[in-house]
Amino acid sequence: MITNEPKDFKRFTPKTLPQEEIIVSGHRACQGCGEVLALRLVGKAIGTPMIVVSATGCMEIISSPYPQTAWAVPWLHVAFENAAAVASGVEAGLKTLMAKGRIPRRKIAVVAFAGDGGTADIGLQSLSGAMERGHDFVYVCLDNEAYMNTGIQRSSSTPYGAMTTTSPAGKVIGGQTTWKKNLAAIMAAHNIPYVATASPAYHLDLMNKAKKAAMIKGPAYLHVYSPCPTGWRHGTDLAIEVSRLVVETNIFPLYEVIDGKYVVRKNTKPKPVEEYLKIQRRFSHLTPEMIQTIQKRVDEEYEKLLKLEVATQGLEGREGPKEEAAKKD
Amino acid sequence: MSVRKGMEVSIAVAEAVKLAKVDVIAAYPITPQTHIVEHLSELVADGELEAAFIPVESEHSALSAVVGAAAVGARSYTATASQGLALMHEIMFIASSLRLPMVMTVVNRALSAPINIWNDLSDIMAERDTGWIQLFAVNGQEAVDLTLQAFKIAEDPRVLLPVVVNLDGFILSHVIESVELPDQEAVDRFLPVFQPTLRLDPDRPVSMGAFGSPDVFMEVKKQVEEALIGSQEVVAEVWRDFEKAFGRSYQAVERYKTQGAETLLVTMGSISETAMTAVDGMREKGQKVGLIHIRLWRPFPFREFFQAIEGAKVLAVVDRALSPGGPGGPVGLEIKSALFDRRERPYVADFVTGLGGRDLTEEIFEEIATKAEQYARSGEAMRYEMIGVREE
Repeated sequence: MITNEPKDFKRFTPKTLPQEEIIVSGHRACQGCGEVLALRLVGKAIGTPMIVVSATGCMEIISSPYPQTAWAVPWLHVAFENAAAVASGVEAGLKTLMAKGRIPRRKIAVVAFAGDGGTADIGLQSLSGAMERGHDFVYVCLDNEAYMNTGIQRSSSTPYGAMTTTSPAGKVIGGQTTWKKNLAAIMAAHNIPYVATASPAYHLDLMNKAKKAAMIKGPAYLHVYSPCPTGWRHGTDLAIEVSRLVVETNIFPLYEVIDGKYVVRKNTKPKPVEEYLKIQRRFSHLTPEMIQTIQKRVDEEYEKLLKLEVATQGLEGREGPKEEAAKKD
Repeated sequence: MSVRKGMEVSIAVAEAVKLAKVDVIAAYPITPQTHIVEHLSELVADGELEAAFIPVESEHSALSAVVGAAAVGARSYTATASQGLALMHEIMFIASSLRLPMVMTVVNRALSAPINIWNDLSDIMAERDTGWIQLFAVNGQEAVDLTLQAFKIAEDPRVLLPVVVNLDGFILSHVIESVELPDQEAVDRFLPVFQPTLRLDPDRPVSMGAFGSPDVFMEVKKQVEEALIGSQEVVAEVWRDFEKAFGRSYQAVERYKTQGAETLLVTMGSISETAMTAVDGMREKGQKVGLIHIRLWRPFPFREFFQAIEGAKVLAVVDRALSPGGPGGPVGLEIKSALFDRRERPYVADFVTGLGGRDLTEEIFEEIATKAEQYARSGEAMRYEMIGVREE
């Protein structure tokens, strides 16, 4: 078992993957769900002792049909928009009880999980508040890019062009008309010690980031790409494939923001976005023009990210840092 | 040694919270609750109270954080009013159904619109059915005492429910009164350290807040209902203990000059004291008027209520909230429904008044008592009458 103590941890390798699970089999996730996989990896990486707070959403509903529970760690679900506020209370409660000697003093990781709706839309206020106040916990957004639990409705995290049940591919309007809200950037703007994006196709990278997030003192934010075969209309065997393509096309670049400094996992030869879009039926209505628009935007956003890295690392006029070790994963 | 001194009631409430040695406070400022949480944050900042003070970004988060803190076994507290309470509404039900003990002071204030910072009971009446134990303080001393009692009631393993202590905004919260703050050691004996029945403990994992299918939902709700009804016995027990320890007695329904009274004013909260003065005046004039005030609103103390009104011919209910389009005010409605299947019941006249801080004077209580008697003599059923409102 890997503990939460930084001294015990170097970096996960295929040989040091923890056996321990925080969420066990028997839960009711859809076949091929990429979100529960991401959740499982984050949990494995952080390890125990851990207390989990879940927002309402797919992961909450599939894991806790009373009297069953898939949670092997203490778990609390209160409502949709308040996971960060509840986690604030959990963290503050633990800290005070330890200070007063009522519970043993030890590091207990507090981890809040929420979907993109619970993070980017209805939970944004409570998340912002908790991050600003500096509570020591990890907030994980498992982003499947729409309200999947209620039946695939668009959120502010739904990508441009994607078809959902409230951004349908109609005769006049072709799917989502807005660009995906950049939550990681919003969190970075809170100047918290650690922000990272991750994808389950790069599982060691994801786990190392989760571990780092938990070991850092203060608030940490992980934005984890979480494929939903049911909502995205792709094969149930393709969650890892899309998780890889989204990174390889630079649609979802992997990066960390450590104490305000960006560290980007470089991808100088990105695949065309079309390769990612074409295997998901949520994008099947896209016209070549729309695909071009997306390509242009993705290229611009990636450039912007690299510039942020140069600017925050103080590398103006020089080459950016060499590719992260994570690439080896 | 206990200390008696003149202080603002809000400050006294904060001092009571300190005496209760809370572990976590989460609060968001809203008039007229602010003085309570300002003083608490000072106590924490000065190291006089060892607690976490979470200055949350909304009342929704205040209650959410308090739920999280209670779930790990911390004695937890928040305070709010009006719009803030309305914003907490969603979490109110969850707190009680999760069976998490916590205490909240609600400094009663009208709900918008029009926006109004003054007192009535529309905020708490909208939370009637949320499964919280709800108490009403009449004066500063009661606000202190009820706050201490509230923690003991909430945390009792037979109860495990959240408790609201109501005090009227401004007309009570901002008044300077002579208040006795009990001695810390006596409070410690009365209110020992919170021993949670269940908490989020990595050594003994539990899942809290699971989803309940139609197969289990009703059973959970029934348990909350049974706990709430059952809490009345514990409330009475806590009041007996409190009286033994501190010498002040409390009843679910308090009586004032009910002996020989034919008409009873029925009130809640601090306006009861003005109404008592009005009763004194009416008694001097030979009117057979008395008063009861309901201290325990949830669970509703049916038995104590029936005992308190025994012999009364007319009840003049003073409602400080409205149920628009419904049968009148929430208290009048409650009382009429409680009496419906009684063979002998007094005439109930319901008066909605004092909304949004409209002054309630002795004259108004006299008018209410007189009108109630007139309605009763007429024998006609009345829905409710709004008192003190200009018709033009």
